[in-house]
Amino acid sequence: METTILQAVNINKYFLDPVRFRVLTDISFSIGRGSFVSITGKSGCGKSTLLYILSTMDTDYEGELLLNDEALRRKNDAELAIVRNQKIGFVFQFHYLIEEFNVLKNVMLPAMKLGKYTNELVEQKAMQHLKMLGIYDQALKNVSQLSGGQKQRVAIARALINDPLIIMGDEPTGNLDKKNSDVVFGIFKDICQENKQTIVVVTHDPDFAKRADRTIRMEDGKIIT
Amino acid sequence: MKTGLLLNIALALLMARLKQSIVAAAGVTFGIATFIALVSFMTGLNKMLDSLIINRTPHIRLYNAIAPSKTQPVNRATEYAGFKNFILSVKPKDEGKQIYNAGRIIKTIRADDRVIDVAPKISTTVFFTSGTIQLSGIIDGVDVDLEQKLFHLNDNIIAGSIADLGTVSNSIIIGKGLADKLIVKIGNVIQVTTPDGDRAMLKIVGLVQFGIAEVDDVQSFTSIQTAQKLQGKPANYITDIQVKLKNIALAPAVAKEYARLFDVSATDVQTANAQFETGTTVRNTIAYSVSVTLLIVAGFGIYNILNMLIYEKMDSIAILKATGFSGKDVKAIFIRLSMVLGVIGGIIGILLGYCLSLIISHIPFETSALPTIKTYPVDFGVSYYLIGIAFALTTTYLAGLFPARKAAKVDPVVIIRGK
Ligand SMILES: Nc1ncnc2c1ncn2[C@@H]1O[C@H](COP(=O)(O)OP(=O)(O)O)[C@@H](O)[C@H]1O
Ligand SMILES: [Mg+2]
Repeated sequence: METTILQAVNINKYFLDPVRFRVLTDISFSIGRGSFVSITGKSGCGKSTLLYILSTMDTDYEGELLLNDEALRRKNDAELAIVRNQKIGFVFQFHYLIEEFNVLKNVMLPAMKLGKYTNELVEQKAMQHLKMLGIYDQALKNVSQLSGGQKQRVAIARALINDPLIIMGDEPTGNLDKKNSDVVFGIFKDICQENKQTIVVVTHDPDFAKRADRTIRMEDGKIIT
Repeated sequence: MKTGLLLNIALALLMARLKQSIVAAAGVTFGIATFIALVSFMTGLNKMLDSLIINRTPHIRLYNAIAPSKTQPVNRATEYAGFKNFILSVKPKDEGKQIYNAGRIIKTIRADDRVIDVAPKISTTVFFTSGTIQLSGIIDGVDVDLEQKLFHLNDNIIAGSIADLGTVSNSIIIGKGLADKLIVKIGNVIQVTTPDGDRAMLKIVGLVQFGIAEVDDVQSFTSIQTAQKLQGKPANYITDIQVKLKNIALAPAVAKEYARLFDVSATDVQTANAQFETGTTVRNTIAYSVSVTLLIVAGFGIYNILNMLIYEKMDSIAILKATGFSGKDVKAIFIRLSMVLGVIGGIIGILLGYCLSLIISHIPFETSALPTIKTYPVDFGVSYYLIGIAFALTTTYLAGLFPARKAAKVDPVVIIRGK
């Protein structure tokens, strides 16, 4: 029996603007450690909204969220920042790297914030991740000099740097061509199998969804399977 | 290590907007430099103007005022003690201007350890005659050494020396205006007539100039002995006792004390020169308000660039927050950013302010009031530099605080969803 890493209990969310409407209705599920889960559904069904809640960035919801048996509902801004820093890695659809820093520094930043290792060690680790993702040679380049696929790999390296329990992606391949999508999927799969890290990916690419261990299907703010 | 990281991020953000950052820091530089130059110059000027009067004026002057006796004889008569005595048309009694027991008073005051020193003086009005011209004026008989020690009279002697008064007998130093009117120069002899009709021929050994026409047209100095001889008075004849205190603020209290103790009239420098305090205050107020205005303008410059940076760097802020930086961290980053501008701008401002002060202090400035001063007076007080840097840091901190708070409140979800 695998242990539960992330558990959602009766999550409801409303948007008040322009009119009050319920985006998420009674969302409950649990995700086991080391599983590769995809969340799919039509555009506008609430996938991103759910993922922002799971990633602790959105705190305006009802219900309970447990990460590694730790309730996140009552934590304040600073405590949630620590949770995000240590336990969650996030990959966005648009790569979202910090343009003021080079590739290496972008990857190192969350680890420098964590402050657990010396900068030299963090740099070594970042280089290892970049090597694994095949962009070792780009380390000292400026972010703007990279292609879309390369940027997304840098973002993945950044998500991995603090060895998080769980890696979340909001359509991480939505902006990439088929070849790069396959590469990214392959990377997620490897991480999941080799490091026993959990992957939760929102996608409306049915191909991608099918290849995951498990697919959560949503419709109109509800889970249907 | 963590503060280093936040500073690191702040600097990276700043580099992205280097030109505007330099402009914002230059605002601080300009504000601080102006503040320092202005305050140093104003204070230098104040001190000079103060010295013009305050240094020349005794802190306390003891003299015999010509006034009616406070206790009229009838009030002393025991047989009328219980009566109400009305005396009409009281006139001042001519007791002369002499201070009795001046020697003993001077000795007593000199022993007081609040006092720097005491100088006696004999002041009398005279007529100066040269050829057919006759002009009224004042002769001050002074103790040459003490006068120089307390009032730096030599600073105003434009020809000759005060020491000559002591070495040349029957000598006089006269005001520049007076000399011009009498058409006399050093080495000439002028005739001096006292109100009592005594006459003497005195040799001019120096010219004095205070830069105040009313003074320079009438003032003259001689030695105390010559003044006594001139008036036919004995060697203990003294009309004024001038006191300089270690702490000028004590003057009013000490003046009262001496007046009571020695039964003479006494005025203090504060009462005699009330208007100078006001001038100093006004000048200081102007200097500080101009500088504060400049620094506030500089503060707005920083506020602007930070606001701009925050709007431009919304994405970066959102990522920082998504990857584990708290609102507090983000706020600290932007405050650091502002402080970097403040510190760099402030340090350069201090150096520039010092240079400006240095330049001002070398600009030629000739004034007839102060023959020894050749350039503009500047006061190089360390405190202005400390106030300047403290003010720069406070302004930039406050200017950074509000944008930083805004940055701290950026909701990453809104930014990330927005694309
Ligand atoms: N800030 C918001 N205010 C109001 N409605 C919103 C807001 N953000 C998203 N929505 C709405 O919520 C629904 C779910 O959005 P989203 O979670 O982004 O869908 P998905 O990611 O599945 O495409 C959509 O109908 C969208 O219009
Ligand atoms: Mg979406």
